[in-house]
Amino acid sequence: MLTFVVRRTLWTVVVMFVITVVVFVIFFKTPGVDPARAIAGRNPSPQVLAEIRAQLGLNRPLYVQYGVMMKKIFITRDLVSYSNQGTRVVQEIFAAVPATLSLVFGAALIWIVMAILMGVAAAQLRGRIWDPALMVLALVGVSAPVFWLGQVVNLITQGKLHSSVFSWLPPLGYTSFTTNPVIWFEGLIFPWITLSILYIGFYARVLRANLLEVQTEDYVRTARAKGLSERRVLMRHTLRTSMITFVSLFGLDFGALVGGGAILTEVVFGIHGVGFLTYESLTNLDLPVIIAVVIYGAFFIVLANALVDIAYAWLDPRVRPT
Amino acid sequence: MAAVAEQTTVIGLRPAVAGRNPWALAWRRLRRNRVALAALGVFLLIVLLSLAAPLYAHDIAHDGNVLSPNLNGTTLVNGKVTAVMQQGGGVLKLGEAPIGPTLDVRHYFLGADGIGRDVAALLLYGGRASLQIGVTSAVLCCVVATLIALIAGFFGGLIDTILSRVMDIVWAFPAYLLAICLATVLLTKSTGIQIAFLHVRAASLWTPTVIIGLIYVPYVYRPVRGQVLSVVNKEFVEAAIAQGASNVRLIFSEILPNVVSTVIVLLPLMIATTILTEAALSFLSVGVQPPNVSWGTIINNGQQLLYTRPWVSIAPGIMIVLTVLSLNVLGDGVRDALDPRAKLRVG
Repeated sequence: MLTFVVRRTLWTVVVMFVITVVVFVIFFKTPGVDPARAIAGRNPSPQVLAEIRAQLGLNRPLYVQYGVMMKKIFITRDLVSYSNQGTRVVQEIFAAVPATLSLVFGAALIWIVMAILMGVAAAQLRGRIWDPALMVLALVGVSAPVFWLGQVVNLITQGKLHSSVFSWLPPLGYTSFTTNPVIWFEGLIFPWITLSILYIGFYARVLRANLLEVQTEDYVRTARAKGLSERRVLMRHTLRTSMITFVSLFGLDFGALVGGGAILTEVVFGIHGVGFLTYESLTNLDLPVIIAVVIYGAFFIVLANALVDIAYAWLDPRVRPT
Repeated sequence: MAAVAEQTTVIGLRPAVAGRNPWALAWRRLRRNRVALAALGVFLLIVLLSLAAPLYAHDIAHDGNVLSPNLNGTTLVNGKVTAVMQQGGGVLKLGEAPIGPTLDVRHYFLGADGIGRDVAALLLYGGRASLQIGVTSAVLCCVVATLIALIAGFFGGLIDTILSRVMDIVWAFPAYLLAICLATVLLTKSTGIQIAFLHVRAASLWTPTVIIGLIYVPYVYRPVRGQVLSVVNKEFVEAAIAQGASNVRLIFSEILPNVVSTVIVLLPLMIATTILTEAALSFLSVGVQPPNVSWGTIINNGQQLLYTRPWVSIAPGIMIVLTVLSLNVLGDGVRDALDPRAKLRVG
């Protein structure tokens, strides 16, 4: 187990290093693209361009440029945005993290509960009309683009019905928990539901398939043969085994959402998290922000993947390579 | 199954009963699956509608181009000439608002967007771009992934290790962020990119196509490489080696036919994924660029008109849901048809 953890950690470090190199090459070495001009935003003056070249060491060797960039992102954290009057990028990103975490945690809670209910119901009701009905519903959820779903939700809750049924709903945007927990909750409830729909559909399908597969295993037959109630077989045997896949998928998706995957939901609902920040930077081509978000987001995802793998190996010794 | 047929002919025995080839069997199974067939029908209908875009749009073309702004244009509503952009429209009765749905099947069926273009025409032409990017990038992805998987699985050893590690790194990269990275850089260079003799304009549909195709390569590579590994040591491959077949022949005539069904099962699901990705990137304005339109860009434009002219956003979303849903259902059906004995798997 220790060797596995060490090897997995080393590989994580290698992947992180390669990611920084890839991002650096994409932004600084794409043939025909002048990095200073790209970083400066729209219509830069020659002074600004010269300043950027000096600050990022763009006239110096390649490895120095890479080093300067990494130092500005991780150590001194003084990478600044040029299209946004010298805002410090890394600090701006970290300030946006609580909003993203609020969104993702709430949605995760909803999708876990709903997916387990739907998956178990479909597997238990197999052979009746409810199983295919639930699965079609799940497939529709998987097929709908989340930003469009968000617009539909907005149209219903913020449109004509806002003056009657949804009058309690605050306008679009994010209020932090410390400012007002009630408005925090009210403002996030529809974004939570919208974001969770895709994952409810996906996880319910995975769980159903897994439950049905496990039901043919010998130990489940043994459990039934020794006279355990159907409910006990489900809770202690089939569901428990199926949760291994479920949990490892959850780790990956959670990481991906915090690391930038929630961008579409944040944009539609005006939640000023990391994704919204990325979107704003995309619209004014504010490259420093994008570079930093991509690197920090990718790091978070790679780290989450590593933790999932280690947890998986800990739970299930069969996957531990020796 | 192809392996068995191959072996019998090698030894010179003919099967006693004239067998059907596995593709005919799979097609027969798919034909019996009514839900999957209906899904195929819906998808083909959407493709046909998009191809037929000029039939609807020829009537409303202004400046010879339906995709250019039409701020001062007029249209006929109940036989009366009406401005496309109406003064004092909308909830506040201030400023200009585009015309709403006329429900006239000849022009402005779903109304106009923020710059006076016919939403129904945009929907049809946007469908062309979305489908073209979705299908092309999924095919590109599957071809590239299969080639790499064949090379890695066939040669094994160091080559396999290197290729698989590279794939692991692309896999570890968050797909959307990687696409956003590539797209932003390519878009900052408005004159386009010169790759050898190929010149790709930044606003070309090929930019999102290639980006989307490449980011999903590892997702196809992994299952296909597994399939190659399970085939590469089978007896029929050894027989071909004994006959003196070259590596190229081994890869393409012996191994490829035995892994191609895995790729075909993945293809509809990949198209569904790439269409959703294209829509997301276009919604974030790093996908399809003007003057081109796609379903994603229409939803993006409709964002400002959401409460006054909801159809601008709603209609393309419905098209995306229908397309992706039909592809997902079809993908499930194709998997059941090609691999009926497979354990229950997740699509």
